[in-house]
Amino acid sequence: MRIAVTINGKPMSADVEPRTLLAYLIRDEFNLTGTHVGCDTTSCGACTVLMDGTPVKSCTVLAVQADGTEVMTVEGLEHNGQLHPLQQGFWESHGLQCGFCTPGMLMTTYALLQRNPDPSETTIRRAISGNLCRCTGYQNIVTAVQYAAPLVREARTLTTEVGE
Amino acid sequence: MFPNAFEYVAPASLEEAVQALVRYGDDAKVLAGGQSLLPIMKLRVAAPAVLVDINRIPELAGFREDGQELWVGALTRHATLEWDQDLVPRYPLLGETAGSIADPLVRNRGTIAGSLAHADPAADWGAALLALRGAVTVRGSRGDRRIAIDDLFLDVLTTNLEPDEIITGVHVPRPTGHVAAASLKLERKVGDFAVVGVALHVETGASGAIAQAGIGLAAVGPTSLRAREAETLLVGQQLTPGLIREAADLAAKAADPASDQRGSADYKRDIVRVFVERGLGAVRDRLTGIRAESA
Repeated sequence: MRIAVTINGKPMSADVEPRTLLAYLIRDEFNLTGTHVGCDTTSCGACTVLMDGTPVKSCTVLAVQADGTEVMTVEGLEHNGQLHPLQQGFWESHGLQCGFCTPGMLMTTYALLQRNPDPSETTIRRAISGNLCRCTGYQNIVTAVQYAAPLVREARTLTTEVGE
Repeated sequence: MFPNAFEYVAPASLEEAVQALVRYGDDAKVLAGGQSLLPIMKLRVAAPAVLVDINRIPELAGFREDGQELWVGALTRHATLEWDQDLVPRYPLLGETAGSIADPLVRNRGTIAGSLAHADPAADWGAALLALRGAVTVRGSRGDRRIAIDDLFLDVLTTNLEPDEIITGVHVPRPTGHVAAASLKLERKVGDFAVVGVALHVETGASGAIAQAGIGLAAVGPTSLRAREAETLLVGQQLTPGLIREAADLAAKAADPASDQRGSADYKRDIVRVFVERGLGAVRDRLTGIRAESA
């Protein structure tokens, strides 16, 4: 089947079998290997991407279901060579060790900060409960999100002011 | 990990979806959120020849209150029921149940109707809808019919839906009076299948006596179960510690669990008793809080 997907703002298309999973479309067809496949059984969340703004496990969505949608992957976070505040946060707060879960963590927490730019620690922990990390014990991931939250709020205020 | 090859159709209307099901019969499966279906297809436990993806059918989306009940469209995701600010305060069991399913990412995709149609006895929605005295509407080649939740589940992973029928929506009676709910689940780790699940929904009248009581049990039988005798005991009464203990004992008797690697039948039955006692205690505290607020 021929499908068209906007990935990180760029229109893309591909021929896929119906059984192709979104994660493999992104990695194998579009060569965006930032999206990781961990468990491949809907448990670990390493493959999390945003589909029309909502974080989903891309190993459990068919590529054909993404036809006509906007998908955002971890490669879409960086802007003009500038890391997203969440990426800066993971860097500064040592929010990763092996880094395998990080793309999923970033996409889930990106969606969280879009919805709620001032989350409590409990809200952050609840939001990432579908993303497993075997290295950090989560503490530094939470700290990284707390580092990013005020920067995201600030960026939002600036954008609003410029817009006015 | 890929599923077996299958043919994929994504109808734009309910009529086309039903036509596809008529054409392919038992070879077809309906794809809604896909959070149970796709994993079991990847494990090759299921290998349908055709998937009928209903995600592009606009009339299955959303929810609304019609007269005396709430209608929840088949494509409503768990996350919507978990977070919607209009719905959650008035239908507390919907919010509590949705928030305890799997994990937040699965809840963004999985649907209430898909979960009911899958009919896993360990699933959360079956027990919750029993407690709420819900129903589903299905559409098939012979038109629409409404199925009370008590008549929906026949056996493990088996409903009384015909091969050409699709659940189009879920109905929940609109609560009258004060309402409180509790959802309790024992799981080996967060997001795992329930070892035991209990869903409680209580409505009280003006006097504070119980007007409506719903107790649904998950994972303790071949289908979700209603603890009917315990419900009957509660109606017309005030929630006292003694009454709660009595209801918990009756609910445990209604459970019909099997021994497996998650626990023995006796253990699971006793967890039902403990959860009903704890849950009704929480319901009583919440109702006391609500009454104090409205006084």
